[in-house]
Amino acid sequence: MTERPPKIALFVTCLVDLMRPSVGFAAMRLLERAGAEVVVPKKQTCCGQPAYNSGDEADARAIAQQVIDVFEGYDTVVVPSGSCGGMIKEHYPKLFADDPAWKTRAQTLAARTQELTQYLAENLDLNDVSATVNGTVTYHDSCAGMRELGIKDQPRKLLATVDGLELKEMDDTESCCGFGGLFSIKYPDVSGAIVDKKADNVEAQKTDMLSGGDLGCLMNVAGKLKRRGSNVRVYHIAEILAGMTDQPGVGDAET
Amino acid sequence: MTHEPHCQDFLKASEKALKDDQLQELLNRTLKSGFQKKRLMSMARLPEYDQLRDQARDVKNHILDHLDAYLERFELQVKKAGGHVHWAQDAEQAREIILKICQNAGAKTVTKGKSMIAEEIDLNDYLQDAGLVPIETDLGEYIIQLREELPSHIIAPAFHLSKTQVAETFKEHHTHLDPDRDMVEPTSLLKEARKELREKFIQADVGITGANFLIAETGTAMIVTNEGNGDLTQSLPRVHIALSSIEKVVPTLEDATLFLRLLARTATGQEQSVYNTFFTGPKRDGDLDGPEEFHMVLLDNRRTELLGSEFRDILRCIRCGACINHCPVYGVTSGHAYGWVYPGPMGSVLTPHFVGIKEAHLLPSACTMCGRCGEVCPVRIPLPDLLRNWRGHAFNAGKPGGLQRMGLKVWAWLAKRPTLYHAITPIKIWGMKLLAGKRGRFKSMIGAGGWTKTRDLPAPQGGTFQSRRQKGER
Ligand code: SF4
Repeated sequence: MTERPPKIALFVTCLVDLMRPSVGFAAMRLLERAGAEVVVPKKQTCCGQPAYNSGDEADARAIAQQVIDVFEGYDTVVVPSGSCGGMIKEHYPKLFADDPAWKTRAQTLAARTQELTQYLAENLDLNDVSATVNGTVTYHDSCAGMRELGIKDQPRKLLATVDGLELKEMDDTESCCGFGGLFSIKYPDVSGAIVDKKADNVEAQKTDMLSGGDLGCLMNVAGKLKRRGSNVRVYHIAEILAGMTDQPGVGDAET
Repeated sequence: MTHEPHCQDFLKASEKALKDDQLQELLNRTLKSGFQKKRLMSMARLPEYDQLRDQARDVKNHILDHLDAYLERFELQVKKAGGHVHWAQDAEQAREIILKICQNAGAKTVTKGKSMIAEEIDLNDYLQDAGLVPIETDLGEYIIQLREELPSHIIAPAFHLSKTQVAETFKEHHTHLDPDRDMVEPTSLLKEARKELREKFIQADVGITGANFLIAETGTAMIVTNEGNGDLTQSLPRVHIALSSIEKVVPTLEDATLFLRLLARTATGQEQSVYNTFFTGPKRDGDLDGPEEFHMVLLDNRRTELLGSEFRDILRCIRCGACINHCPVYGVTSGHAYGWVYPGPMGSVLTPHFVGIKEAHLLPSACTMCGRCGEVCPVRIPLPDLLRNWRGHAFNAGKPGGLQRMGLKVWAWLAKRPTLYHAITPIKIWGMKLLAGKRGRFKSMIGAGGWTKTRDLPAPQGGTFQSRRQKGER
């Protein structure tokens, strides 16, 4: 019997879909390069985090039900975002605590869902992404990915396989960048002060690039770096691993 | 100075804190290279740290399941040891009970050890209005009492002040001392406070302390301090009142030591606090020192309500302050921005319960959901979940309102309609892309809230992933 390639549904996340499609394309390339067959279900939109974190449980549940409907038929669901991955894995089952039928479905989906770097490093055991990116990079550990999903070593392991790339760890890489979704809009000054510290730590490393696994955080830090006139380019880890750093980074002007 | 909540001022108060360079420098230094680093170091010296935390969580949960039984046992043992036990339903009752004890003792001066519960029930004001002179003896509390301020941190009440500010405060209030005295060295401040307080200790008729743990098997109340002022408050005056909320009870001495191992380590990175004082009843015949009367005031103040609520887990809190020390929001706003006695994550869970979600709705949302508070909590309180629960209550009460609520609703409505969503979003995104041109980011943007006030907003790449894929892009 020949082994069939793993079939993966990609949850691109609303932010990637709307703001930075190249992260989605990078994720597809990586998964395919590792031998997987990738589908992108058309009916997907958002994981429901904005509603959930704003206390709007009814809408969060409705959106979660839709995601479950769309994705439950696949063996594996991969998400290029720690916080959306965390939403599905950690929080969907909680949302249906009082609804046994939906709770079971949510748990099943949760068990099949993986964050991109986690999946690449652990399941596909990808030990060479076959990419070349010349330069130095520092990596920001996004909170949800790290604390809800345990993502820490996986991206570093993958980055180490990129030819020409050197990782330089910044101070306080585990501290929050101050994004927090709507928090950054509701409390702009507080959020701005927190991301200032993150930008300090990034700039102190004098790297060419900053990377991370969550586009929200990256947009936040990139926005601060650009406001400060920094030349550090910001890329999602999928883009780096796929060797897609010849395009403008997050917040960079087109040349 | 009353402790009326003003949690609705969070935005204004945090802006003020952000502009205070000295405060920012203090926060940065004390939290990062102080509390955070020391906690890590002390954890490294205790390999079974995480096991202890599980154990602590389980013991606390067990206590909460049998709270009434342990409290009754504690009451019985206190009485056996010759002490009195007073049950207070609410703040008002607790204040009245304490005042009555003070009056019966003919008290004029009352010394106090540090007690967050006393802050919670606004005790100082009440005693003062009744003609008594309450004097805080914990250095930090003493300083903020002189300045008529609220504590800004649960374990370091004067956290927000610099040495210079403390020196100024002392010069302003200790007017009988030489105005030109040298107060550059922190030790000179300590010495001066000590000298001032020494007389008060001797004058005091009643001493009031809090309690970190109440030990049911022996009827013992216990406090930890680093200054030893709690010991003097408890042992010098003729009457000692210990004030504690009901959830501080633990079954045995052994259990108390489990929490002691975690408390100091998590709070300040010490192996143990400098003074660990256990007191059981009043002075017995033959004892060399100790109070003649011992009164235990057990305060509910709506904690039994918490016990039956979705916020039950917060009753495990041992007030170590670790969640506060690691909170990125507290790290730039400091404690006063939160507008009531308990700041940071634990405060943002407790305060809405005490002052109402309408007043405190800004606090649970003043959080990035980074999860670090839950990660460092020694009794594993799921603080982010509790904060999110409060957001649910706030949402049901109409907060956020206005534009924010509408935006959320529109987004949710659209997210539930994939076909429409994918028809509309590419158009909107191309529009934004056009606006941004080749700049790659917006310096200002209508509808982005305050985002662009402090940072640029990266522009979309153009097209949505789905629409571009539809066109065959890979
Ligand atoms: S909630 Fe946890 S971390 Fe925060 S003060 Fe209480 S015990 Fe400490």
